[in-house]
Amino acid sequence: MPVPDSTSILTVRNLNVNFARSTLKAVDGVSFTLGAERLGIVGESGSGKSTLGRAIMKLLPNSAKIEAEALEFAGTSLGEASEKQMRKLRGNEMALIMQDPRYSLNPVLSIGNQVAEAAKLHLGLGKAAAYKAAAGMLERVRIADVERTMRLYPHQISGGMGQRVMIAMMLLAKPRLVIADEPTSALDVSVRGDVLKLLDELVTENNSGLILISHDIRMVAAFCQRILVMYKGRVVENLVRLEDAQHPYTRGLVAAMPNPRHPVRRLQVLDRPSIDAAEVRS
Amino acid sequence: MIEVENLEVAFGKGGNLKQVVKAVSFSVARGESLGIVGESGCGKSTVLRSLAGLDRHWTGRISLNRQSVDKNRTIEQLLLAQMVFQDPYGSIHPRHRIERVLAEPVRAMKKGGGWDRVPKALERVGLPAGFAERFPHELSGGQRQRVAIARALVLEPQILLLDEPTSALDVSVQAEVLNLLSDLREQQGLTYVLVSHDLSVIAHMCDRALVMKDGVFVDELDRADLQAGRTHAEYSAVLFQSSFL
Repeated sequence: MPVPDSTSILTVRNLNVNFARSTLKAVDGVSFTLGAERLGIVGESGSGKSTLGRAIMKLLPNSAKIEAEALEFAGTSLGEASEKQMRKLRGNEMALIMQDPRYSLNPVLSIGNQVAEAAKLHLGLGKAAAYKAAAGMLERVRIADVERTMRLYPHQISGGMGQRVMIAMMLLAKPRLVIADEPTSALDVSVRGDVLKLLDELVTENNSGLILISHDIRMVAAFCQRILVMYKGRVVENLVRLEDAQHPYTRGLVAAMPNPRHPVRRLQVLDRPSIDAAEVRS
Repeated sequence: MIEVENLEVAFGKGGNLKQVVKAVSFSVARGESLGIVGESGCGKSTVLRSLAGLDRHWTGRISLNRQSVDKNRTIEQLLLAQMVFQDPYGSIHPRHRIERVLAEPVRAMKKGGGWDRVPKALERVGLPAGFAERFPHELSGGQRQRVAIARALVLEPQILLLDEPTSALDVSVQAEVLNLLSDLREQQGLTYVLVSHDLSVIAHMCDRALVMKDGVFVDELDRADLQAGRTHAEYSAVLFQSSFL
């Protein structure tokens, strides 16, 4: 498959999202471009980071109004794309990996059938070929004893394994854009590193762009090449290194995390009035 | 304050018997804060639930405040230790007002109606008195966890058992709740047992930490070890490495 333009996979310019009759913007004037890179989006709950991810996939409920000057993905304008076109893109060209594999996998389908279904749908394979592709992909995500695992149901596997299955399913069609929404926050710390490494490996191999959405600013900083910090729906800072953070919100978030190397008696809490003041000034 | 000897807990029967906690022994001094860290399923919460008296099929010996406690506890023994759970959304009755949430344990322990203790309980955790009238869904996650802490403290326990008290919260809110817990411990000389999978939280809060794996403690770390990242077992070294990417 020829790569159209590796410098920009996704272009977002002045994206706004608000829900129903609310005048409050869940996403407020967000602009960024994404190449074949790892971009992190961090912020607290309610900062609009997940809504941003879903707006790009156009997975928000009908009550949400999405407006943007530009929302372009690999040459297609997502703003004008019909639901039918979006269905073709989703899973095929763009994929979303969600937080908890226990809820995002189908509980009544075996792992094998589930991954094979993705192969049938997105690669247009027949039953036997799809099953084979699924087995190959599960092996790629380092699932031991693929044959046995394919017969299991989601409740019979661990969280880390479930997330690997999700990744296998989502990356089967080699999408150009992968949005991972808190992919590791339901997992144990010891599995977290492996899942991130795996995600990076597959995304780099396909030369695609990855958006990692998380509240864990330290993890994002270690894993991503670029970080967008969101607060109240707006991108308040665009960082390459966490140490360069200038905005009081970003600094507050970093300081609020306990760090064993710099023990403090009391943790610093966010000074919201001064953050809001800084927001008004900028 | 707490002494545990050869605590064993198993679930299931016959061929399905699963030994979750395997003969662990430890003690916690008065006013100390002990951390237990480990992955899901290692048995850390089960240890805590046995201490609280929620799980009753343990074997071994547990003594609280130099008094050996049985599987069925007297009210005095139950009053010694109170627990704060992980999920503030799940641990508070959704149809009870906050005042009832806070008064109920007092009544259950036959210490009176409990309604008179509500204002002080709220004040102690830094919530306005008006919150007594509210329902849990009218509170944020951090406020709800404060209510859960207030509920535990309303019985004036000497021991607070904390099961992942901040893992459902944002880092910014986590900082507030951890500060509150540190302040309360200083003011009231409480003894903490804190269970978490997050080593940085344990290192911040605890004087001593036990690393648990497959039902046994594989390592013990003191404050200096935690700060320097010094470990004495292979497993805890791996845990340290993956916790601080």
